[in-house]
Amino acid sequence: MPGLSITNVTPFLLNQLAACGVGLLLLLAALGILVSRRAYGSRVIYGSCALVCSALAGVALYALLAPGSGAAAIELPIGLPLGRTRVGFDALSAAFVVIVNLTTAIVSAYAIGYGTHASEPQRVVPFYPAFIAGMNLVLLAQDAFSFLVGWEFMSLASWALVVSEDRSASNRRAGLVYLIMATGGALTLLLAFGVLAGPEGGYSFDTMRQTAAFGPAAIVLVLALLGAGSKAGLVPLHAWLPLAHPAAPSHVSALMSGVMTKVAVYGFIRIVFDLSGPPSWWWSIPVLIVAAVTALLGVLYALMEHDLKRLLAYHTVENIGIIFIGLGLALAFEASGLAVAAALALIAAIFHVFNHSLFKSLLFLGAGAVLSATGERDMERLGGLIHRMPVTAFAFLVGCIAISALPPFNGFVSEWLTFQAILLSPQLPQWIPRLLVPAVGATLACSAALAAACFVKAFGSTFLGRARAPAAGAATETDRWSLSAMLLLAALCLGAGVVPGFVIDSLAGVSESMVGAQLAVQGDQPWLRIAPIDPARSAYNGLLVFVMIVIAAVLTAMIVRRFASHSLRRSHAWDCGFPDASPATQYSSSSFAQPIRRVFGSAVFRARERVAMPKPGDTGTAKLRLDIHDTVWEALYDPVIRFVNMAADRLNGIQFLTIRKYLTLVFAALVLLLVIIGAWR
Amino acid sequence: MHGWQSQLAQLVLVLLLAPLLSGVTRKIRSRLLRRRGPSVFQPYRDLLKLIRKEAVVADNASWLFRIAPYVIFATTWVAAALVPTFAAGLTFSAAADVIVIVALLGTARFFLALAGLDVGTSFGGIGSSREMMFASLAEPAMLLVVFTVALFAGSTQLSSISAFMAGPDVGLNISLALSLIALVIVAVAENARIPVDNPATHLELTMVHEAMILEYSGRHLAVIEAAASLKLLLYLSLIACMFTPWGTTLAGGETVAYAIGLGAYALKLLAFGFGLVVFETAIAKMRVFRVPEFLGMALMLGLLGAILLFVSRVSQ
Repeated sequence: MPGLSITNVTPFLLNQLAACGVGLLLLLAALGILVSRRAYGSRVIYGSCALVCSALAGVALYALLAPGSGAAAIELPIGLPLGRTRVGFDALSAAFVVIVNLTTAIVSAYAIGYGTHASEPQRVVPFYPAFIAGMNLVLLAQDAFSFLVGWEFMSLASWALVVSEDRSASNRRAGLVYLIMATGGALTLLLAFGVLAGPEGGYSFDTMRQTAAFGPAAIVLVLALLGAGSKAGLVPLHAWLPLAHPAAPSHVSALMSGVMTKVAVYGFIRIVFDLSGPPSWWWSIPVLIVAAVTALLGVLYALMEHDLKRLLAYHTVENIGIIFIGLGLALAFEASGLAVAAALALIAAIFHVFNHSLFKSLLFLGAGAVLSATGERDMERLGGLIHRMPVTAFAFLVGCIAISALPPFNGFVSEWLTFQAILLSPQLPQWIPRLLVPAVGATLACSAALAAACFVKAFGSTFLGRARAPAAGAATETDRWSLSAMLLLAALCLGAGVVPGFVIDSLAGVSESMVGAQLAVQGDQPWLRIAPIDPARSAYNGLLVFVMIVIAAVLTAMIVRRFASHSLRRSHAWDCGFPDASPATQYSSSSFAQPIRRVFGSAVFRARERVAMPKPGDTGTAKLRLDIHDTVWEALYDPVIRFVNMAADRLNGIQFLTIRKYLTLVFAALVLLLVIIGAWR
Repeated sequence: MHGWQSQLAQLVLVLLLAPLLSGVTRKIRSRLLRRRGPSVFQPYRDLLKLIRKEAVVADNASWLFRIAPYVIFATTWVAAALVPTFAAGLTFSAAADVIVIVALLGTARFFLALAGLDVGTSFGGIGSSREMMFASLAEPAMLLVVFTVALFAGSTQLSSISAFMAGPDVGLNISLALSLIALVIVAVAENARIPVDNPATHLELTMVHEAMILEYSGRHLAVIEAAASLKLLLYLSLIACMFTPWGTTLAGGETVAYAIGLGAYALKLLAFGFGLVVFETAIAKMRVFRVPEFLGMALMLGLLGAILLFVSRVSQ
């Protein structure tokens, strides 16, 4: 077949295929309405989603790797009257389409098994493909209208999924907060595009790149930080994440936390690096400060949490901080003309995007398996699940190691790359970022160490120890579809950790188009090692480290087996001679975090512990009282809520006027507006 | 001697030397306390005795409990094998820089903390929880030291750092001095030494490291003890490699050079071990919640050193 040789696959065809993929997902959403009540319905829809997403990921991977592809966008015959819908791949889109669809495909496979647990599948199944279609449309859009339509589609579909279990008041509240934040975020993005489009109103991305912004470009940075940041979860706009992500069914939580936040990161990169022209050097400063605060606060919030899914959602906030640290560094380097350093920082950030989509989805899927097996999300009522759900425990453990940035898994590689970028920052000419970057580096190191503590806590109190409640003691292993999906994600976490060079090389086109430079080709390095700048400066070989650890462990085990005693006796726990039969004496999630709460939490969360001891001779119980405050919510959101409520009370009177007064009001408003317009002209 | 030969020699050397280092420090400590003390070879005898004994495992211990010692030992061993001790230019040193070594120790700590939680006892939990709290300050302090030293040497590879520090371009420097103090504090904390933790204690409320491994016995305990002594050796080697790299042989040197390298390494270990023990015997153990202040000092010293360097470096 001469027509389908590799060189003949045109960008046009790739773009068409991608558009067809989005169309198919929308069709699946429609089909979902019809079949979701049937027993096989949800399986068919989830299975089809997995297939379509795999195909989309394949197409995008081709577009990313094949040279010369991804040039022209195609115009779709549908669209708004102001401009035709333009979709297509460039390197950045292609990279994110691969990341989003790879993870989504695996999560959909998980949902084939997990989705059968849903009590009302008709409230989940139709929105699921629509949500995925929205995310893909955002990534493929080459004009502002399609971007925003996709963005709203993604927001509303995910909102519908968040409130799919709306019987509990907390889920309804989560839905409300999410809806408000999503609306605000979309509004700021709309304004950002308005500023970028300039006075002529050129809303296609090509036009935006060529026209100068309408007003100072710094406005675009602020609007993009607000709009994309509220979706991604930058502090202090993170408040909806820990409410909304856990409220949805677990496979949707995995997508919202692992994938949708990445679409927001894409939006930020697209606007700030691509559309708004060359950055000023000081742009990096607000980004770096917000990112460092986000990383540290995110993990501290997660440590204070004992609801497994909320812990994971807070931890997404931390990882978004790490990603934005990379982006902030890239901005600083790009503005100072250090293109290779900018490429390193940008690739570190996008690599972390990829990694986080893998391990955060894996962890949410694990939490979903625990939830369906025990009905519990509260870690104070779990424990000992490693005995009853060994495969889930293994996969979850891999996710925990990966997210704690420990070698040889993937989270470490992106963090290592970020550290290498930080070590290049003394080359920056301005002294403010040079002063700031080591502090950011310290924050990053601190949050990585706290993340390890957080996941020792999460894994330890969920899977290790003894069952703290009967439900945890009666759990059984989850279904095969779910297990395969989790194991596949775990394998990908290891794979990206041991051969990171492939990932870095495939992102070369992205850094070339965004910051105008690429790193040295890592595939040329001997033994699959990575050396982003120069092998004499820094190099890491994940494969070799992994192989060495395995060989060392096996060798040790063999030596011990050869020379040591083989006898092994099971007995009661020793526990310094005081073994206690009650599982309540174990360390729980809260008690594990207590030292960290005392060290960090007393300042950040105004955490106070008070022990009320009974008087000598009194046989009453002693009580421990813990006060802890969500300082960000209390300082920022509560005043707004109070103001809105007060305004609503005051304006309540307007609801009960006569028709004559209403007409007077309308007339007055009209006159006022006309006067304003007249004065402006 | 080729790179791979010295790499292999290093792998075996650290393994053989680690218990001896523990034995020597214990002997010096005993002498300083005016006790006779056990022989310097006692740790080898302890390990041999432990692996011959029956392993007693708690009823509800999981597979994680039984594989954790090997993972901890393997990651520590790999990390120790990557630090140039007597000869630079190891084959595998290009595979991992000093950030990787810090992170490998993090992996070992992660598994140790999980093992502490596995049986579900209160003491295991105490140990794990405190260990992770200490690590949340010690690890960033360590990384800031790495930043400072790496910026000086223009590299995060230990062999390059070592070669640079041995060269003529390094004078006395305030950033390096601050980093050295920070690194020593981190080394004391990470190796569960007084004043942070006491390796000889089994008093319930003061245990950290010992509390995590309380349920281990027999061969599992032997592997963990070996890993702990390897970790001490690693930290002393790291300080030697970064701050006192004199005498280290370059790759492909003469046999005499290797002998000098080995002798210098042994002398450095002895000197550092002596310093550590003198410090330990001169100070009392801290309350647990004083330790964050102690480690916070290391963090701040490390940050100060790094910031001074970041700001003072002229842009290239």
